[in-house]
Amino acid sequence: MSDTSSVVVDADEGFTRSAGKQLALYALYAIAAVAAVMFVLSLAAGGAGSSATGNAIDVENNSITIALREEPPQMDAARATDASSNVVLSHVMEGLISYDLDAQPIPGVAERWEIREDGATFWLRENALWSDGVPVTAHDFVFSWRRVLNPETASQYAFILYPIKNAEAINTGQLPVETLGVRAAGDRVLEVEFERPTPYFDKLVSYLTYFPTREDFFKSTNGRYGADADMMLYNGPYVLTEWVHGSTMRWEKNPLYWNKENKGFLDEIRTAYITQDINAKLNLFKDGQIVDTHLLSPMLPTAMEQRWQIDRSMDGSVFYLEFNHRDNRITRNWNFRRAMQLAQDSTELVYKVLKEPSYIPGTTLFPAWLNGVSESFQKEYPPVEHKMNVQKAREHLALAKQELGIDEFPPLMMLTGDTPISLLAAEYYQQLFRENLGLELRLDVQIFKQRLEKMRQGEFDIVLSGWGPDYNDVLTYGDLFSSWNLQNRGRYNSPEMDSWIRIAQSELEPKKRMDAFGEIQRLLYEDVVIIPMYERGISFVVDPRLKDFRRRSVGPEVDYNFAYIDTSGQ
Amino acid sequence: MWKYFIKRLLQGVLTVWFIATATFFAMHNVPGDPLSNDRAMTEITRANLEAKYGLDQPLFTQYTIFLGNLLQGDFGISFTQENREVNDIIREHFPVSAILGILAVIFAATGGVLLGALTALYRNRLPDYVIMFLVILGISVPSFVVAALSQLGLVTLNTALGRTILPVAGWGTILHMLVPALVLGLSTMAYLTRLMRSSMLEVTSSDYVRTAKSKGVPATRIFTHHQLRNAVLPVVTVLGPAIAAITTGGFVVELVFAIPGLGRYFVEAVQQLDYTVIMGTTVFYGAFLVFMVILVDVVYGLIDPRVRLEQ
Repeated sequence: MSDTSSVVVDADEGFTRSAGKQLALYALYAIAAVAAVMFVLSLAAGGAGSSATGNAIDVENNSITIALREEPPQMDAARATDASSNVVLSHVMEGLISYDLDAQPIPGVAERWEIREDGATFWLRENALWSDGVPVTAHDFVFSWRRVLNPETASQYAFILYPIKNAEAINTGQLPVETLGVRAAGDRVLEVEFERPTPYFDKLVSYLTYFPTREDFFKSTNGRYGADADMMLYNGPYVLTEWVHGSTMRWEKNPLYWNKENKGFLDEIRTAYITQDINAKLNLFKDGQIVDTHLLSPMLPTAMEQRWQIDRSMDGSVFYLEFNHRDNRITRNWNFRRAMQLAQDSTELVYKVLKEPSYIPGTTLFPAWLNGVSESFQKEYPPVEHKMNVQKAREHLALAKQELGIDEFPPLMMLTGDTPISLLAAEYYQQLFRENLGLELRLDVQIFKQRLEKMRQGEFDIVLSGWGPDYNDVLTYGDLFSSWNLQNRGRYNSPEMDSWIRIAQSELEPKKRMDAFGEIQRLLYEDVVIIPMYERGISFVVDPRLKDFRRRSVGPEVDYNFAYIDTSGQ
Repeated sequence: MWKYFIKRLLQGVLTVWFIATATFFAMHNVPGDPLSNDRAMTEITRANLEAKYGLDQPLFTQYTIFLGNLLQGDFGISFTQENREVNDIIREHFPVSAILGILAVIFAATGGVLLGALTALYRNRLPDYVIMFLVILGISVPSFVVAALSQLGLVTLNTALGRTILPVAGWGTILHMLVPALVLGLSTMAYLTRLMRSSMLEVTSSDYVRTAKSKGVPATRIFTHHQLRNAVLPVVTVLGPAIAAITTGGFVVELVFAIPGLGRYFVEAVQQLDYTVIMGTTVFYGAFLVFMVILVDVVYGLIDPRVRLEQ
């Protein structure tokens, strides 16, 4: 019996051995066949691909490789609204006024300018050229601005041109575009008439909605302007020479750019990757495929392990709790809002809860990087000093109860976005106000567009909101809570606030104008229009061989216009 | 046969129409619309925009316009990529997803068949235990984890070797495709391995294999002709749906490896409420899936005489 079984086992062993050999042979065939198929597929994919195996920095060709957060959705500057398009446009186009390495205004297409009470004049330089060699003229600005305001263009940023005479009326279809208060006096002088005094007009014209467009070229594109690399004309330090949608872009040095001594030092910038995945970007950076990436706080230990030089900058935006000031809301009651204000402290939120090292606790609507008369606005006009005081907060809450004539506060709706940071903040506030004031907050978590829609409809008591700047002037924040601003989602309405904002908009004397912002800041605190949470910052790393790369608070989030390669440190 | 085919095709068209209609009305019921932006708009600007995109029409009118355009194969222009037609987006990006998907299926099928055969051959011995353990991992670990881990692995490998052996992300060459396709095909490969293993074991204990052995047929011949060939049939039948599922389900892998495929547009369009792209990609993917299912049914009928298509 034992004999036969051992024979069977032997026979099975033999079978397994030779079948195993056969299987190994098949595996070899399979690998060869798969390799062949892959080769064929790679030929098929050649057209759509990036073939990017280059390095972050190619010293020999003086070029760098970067990643974009998304495919630029709108490269027609008149209609672009998003960060990604802004980054590309800010490298391939230039407005009347540009900015230097430290974000201070410098001449762009205009070599000098004058801003008066009733208007402005820009004198254009002779050597500012389009990428086909034709000079950039005043007519290109007139055409572009009229187009932005034409209701048919449906530009979402048309409002930023409203300081120009008749702009709003044209944009709302009440006047023809020809009545716009802008005129070319010859090719090189641009005359602008104001609707109302606009002392900050120089800050506005560097924004991309003010960029020029040449009429004959625009018409030749048959409505496809900005759709492809050859469907645009360029006048910036770089030109777009290749654009494979959803995949890669190639920006090359613009040989015709007038200011080559100061901008556009690289021969080529390749955007080889489009991804929003921050981990993928970190891996690409680690592997030496892209020159820079930003970091979230969980990544900082890795970055330190690698001994990278970690930089920080403010991304420009400020975040705050915004109250609903409409009639039927409890949050309309000042004592109630004051109670919430006194029951919290933004330093605890930032240092103990969010723990993002690049964030600054919010003290005011006006972020630290804004300029005042001669130095930083916050230095010249320090925010009201805030002290958390739970005892006093409860007194105000009791007063609110009396005024409203209720025994118990119903649960309040707190609207928030679905990003990890805003969820963290919302949950913190929920717990904080329950402990300190016995208030019940219900979180209403919505994705971006739905949150915007609910804000628009006023369906909230408190919303975690934020604001990023359009232009480099205090007013980009200062007029947010005017009664006429559509962005004022809580419908805060105060004649005192409105009068200060009118002064801030039109006063020509800089000191008086900044004083008005100081008053706005005071009123925002005393009337508890909002509760500041934090100023958002960003930690990032750059390849040490790339110098003068900047992340910006206003304008493009990443700026390679001044960047150059320096290997001397190696 | 033809009658059956046409009947299935009509059913398919009906299914796609149903998908399109359900998506259309669900999408319009979500609060917000593609025009909402964090910069507030005046009522007049909003009205201008709505008129431009035809959003000022009653919903049912929009629906009939949409259906009319759909019949002509026109999905319109994207709301977020305002210069691009949805058809262009599909034409440019679906081939990338398709290539990635096909490669993933090839990996899954060859890997699954070979590994399944191996485990059956070495049943209850070391190779079997190791592979079956990996199979459990492959089935249960979600692809975003595998994708992120394998990318990290690549970075570590490249750093250790001091040069880029395999690219970390991007698209264009064989080297770019290798790891993403493996990751994408992994769970299907694991599933096919198990399927192949059980199918192999069933065949091994069957009468004709025992007969062949006792007749003295050479081992390699028994293995190839009697075992592999019969065991592989169930694997072939699940391939059709697997191709469709893999080709349309690569979003996470595309995101992690920065691959310009269609999956990204599919998901981002929903977040952006980009109506035209949502409709375009949904209908396209829906039609593709339905077509693959019909194709598999028809092919069944052709290869397996036991399946009668006329019923």
